[in-house]
Amino acid sequence: MSAAPQSSRGVARVRDERPPRLARRGAFARPGVYLFGALCLVIMALMLFPIAVSLMASLKTSVEASASPPHYFPSQISLENYARVFHYQAGLPTYLINSFSVAFLTIALCLLLAVPAGYGLACFPVPAKEAIFLVLLLSLMAPYQALLTPLHRLFATLGLANTYLGLAIIHTVLQLPFSVYLMRNSFEAAPKELAEAAVMDGAGSFQILWWIFLPAALPSVVTLVLFAFIASWNEFIAALIFMNRESGFTVPVMLVGVRQGHFGAVDWGAVQAGVMISILPCLLIYLLLQKYYVSGFLNGAIK
Amino acid sequence: MIAMRRGAIGLLYAAPALAFVAFFVLYPMLDLIGMSLTNASLLGGSEFIGLKNYVKAAGDATFWHSLAFTTKYTLLITPILIGAGFLLALLAVEPSRIARLTRAVVFMPVVIGLGSSSLLWVWLFDEQVGLVNKLLLDLGLIGQPMVWFADATLGLWAVILSIVWKVVGYGMILLVSGIQSIGADIFEAAMLDGAGFWQRVARITLPLTVRTIALTTLVSAIGSMLAFDQFYIMTAGGPKSQTFTSVYWIYQNSFIYFKQGYGATLSILLMAIIFLASTAQLLLMRRGART
Repeated sequence: MSAAPQSSRGVARVRDERPPRLARRGAFARPGVYLFGALCLVIMALMLFPIAVSLMASLKTSVEASASPPHYFPSQISLENYARVFHYQAGLPTYLINSFSVAFLTIALCLLLAVPAGYGLACFPVPAKEAIFLVLLLSLMAPYQALLTPLHRLFATLGLANTYLGLAIIHTVLQLPFSVYLMRNSFEAAPKELAEAAVMDGAGSFQILWWIFLPAALPSVVTLVLFAFIASWNEFIAALIFMNRESGFTVPVMLVGVRQGHFGAVDWGAVQAGVMISILPCLLIYLLLQKYYVSGFLNGAIK
Repeated sequence: MIAMRRGAIGLLYAAPALAFVAFFVLYPMLDLIGMSLTNASLLGGSEFIGLKNYVKAAGDATFWHSLAFTTKYTLLITPILIGAGFLLALLAVEPSRIARLTRAVVFMPVVIGLGSSSLLWVWLFDEQVGLVNKLLLDLGLIGQPMVWFADATLGLWAVILSIVWKVVGYGMILLVSGIQSIGADIFEAAMLDGAGFWQRVARITLPLTVRTIALTTLVSAIGSMLAFDQFYIMTAGGPKSQTFTSVYWIYQNSFIYFKQGYGATLSILLMAIIFLASTAQLLLMRRGART
C-alpha cells in the first residue's frame, strides 16, 4: 500500500496536514479510506447503541417502558421514571449521599496513605525498599473478594459494619496498590535538582514533599483521585455485603433493589433511569478529564 | 550515618500505608486461614474442626462446577477480548480524527460501573421488554422471542457480550499505546520493502507488542476469574446453580448460608489460583520496567 493519499477531503485531509513521517500509520489507500471511515462509524454505533436505547427507555412513560413487545423510541418524553427513582424507598438523595460519602473517604484515605508512601519509596534510601513495595501491592495478589469473609468479622468487632468508613476502607484496599505504584513512579520521575537545593537551604522532608514534589506530581494526584472516585462509586460486592441496611445502600445496590421491585413486576423504566443517573458522574469525568483518566490507565495498568 | 537517618525518614513516610495493609490485608489473610479451620457461622459460634471444610470442598459438586464454570467463562472471553482489542487498536491507532473519536467511544464503557452495565444488559436481553429480541425479530433472525436466561449457555453468552462491550476498550487502549511506542522507522523500512498492511501487522506490530498483549491477557484473565457482579445481576447463578462463579459461590456460602468457615476455605482455594496468576503479572511488569 502507498503512503498518504492526495485526497483533499474528509479523513484523508487530516492526515495530509501531518508531517510525512507519520504517514506510516496511514496504512489505508484511497478506496480504503472510505471503508475505514465506514468501519469506524459502525463500531461507534454498536458501542453507543446500549446507552442510547437505555436513555430513550428512561424517557418513556412507565407504561410504555414496560410494553411488550418494546419500541425503540419513546412516543412522548416523560420524566416519570426519574421521579419514581427519586422517590424510591429512602429517596435517591440518601443513596447519592451514601455513594459520595464513601467515595470521598476513599479518596482521602488513598491520598493520605499513597502520597507519603510513594514519596518515601521514591526519594529515600529505604532499607528493603522492593520488599516493602511488594507488601504494599499485596492486595493485588490477594483479591479483596476473597478477603470479604474475614473483613466482615473484623468490621463486626471494630464496629465498622454499615459505616461509610468501613466500606471506604475496603475500597482503599482495592485501590491502594494502583495509587502507591502511580505516586512512586511520578515522584521518581520528578526532577531532583530543586529538592537538593532545598535540602541545602535546610528545608525539612515534609516541606520538600509539599512545595516541590507534590506540585511536580500534580497530574498523577488528579489521576489517583479520579480512579479512587470511579472505583468506589462503581464497586458492588463489598457494598452489597457491608451496607445491608436499606438506608445505607450505595447507588448500584439501590438499583438492584429497584429492579427487584414490588410484587414481582419489574419497573424497567425506573431501572434505566437509575442506570442513567449512576453512569452520569463517570461519563462526565471521562469526557471532561479524559487526559488524566487515560494516562492513569497507561502509566499504571496494574488494576 | 546520614543515609541511615534518611532511610528511617523514608520508612516513616511509608509506615501509615504499611500499617493499613498489615491491618486490613495481612491480618484478614491470616484470619482467613484460621477461619477455614473452623465452622464459624454468621449467626455466631465457631469451633475448630481441622481440615473438615477442605474435605467438604473436595466433595462439593457446586464448588467444582463453579470453578469449572468460571474457568470456562475466562477461557471463552479472554481470547475474544484480546483479539477484538487488538483489531480495534489497529483501527484506532490511525492518525485521523475519526479513529481518535472511535478510540474515545470504544473506551467509554470502561468507566461505567459493572453493576450499572449489567442492569442495562439484563434489560436488553429481557424476553419480554428487551430490545435484543426485538432487533433479532425485526431482522428476521429468530421466529419468536428467546428466553436468554433460562438456559445456562445462552445466559453465559449474553453475559459475555455485555462484558465485551464493557471492557474491550481497556485492552484496546493499552495496545494502542503499545503500537505507538514502536519506532516509525521500522514501519517505513518495511513499507519501502513492499510489505503490505497485514504483513506489517504479523511481522512488526504483533511481535513488538507481545509483552503488552501478555500483560493485558493476564489482567483480563484475573478479572474474569473474579467475576461476580455480572452473574449476580444477570443470571443470579441460575438456572439450577449452573452459572455460579467462584466468587459468587463464596458469597453464597459466607453471607447467604451464613457458613463463614466454609466460605473462608473456598476463599483460600480461589486466592491460591489468583496468587499464581498475579505473580506472573508482576514478573512481567518488572521485566518491562527494566527494558
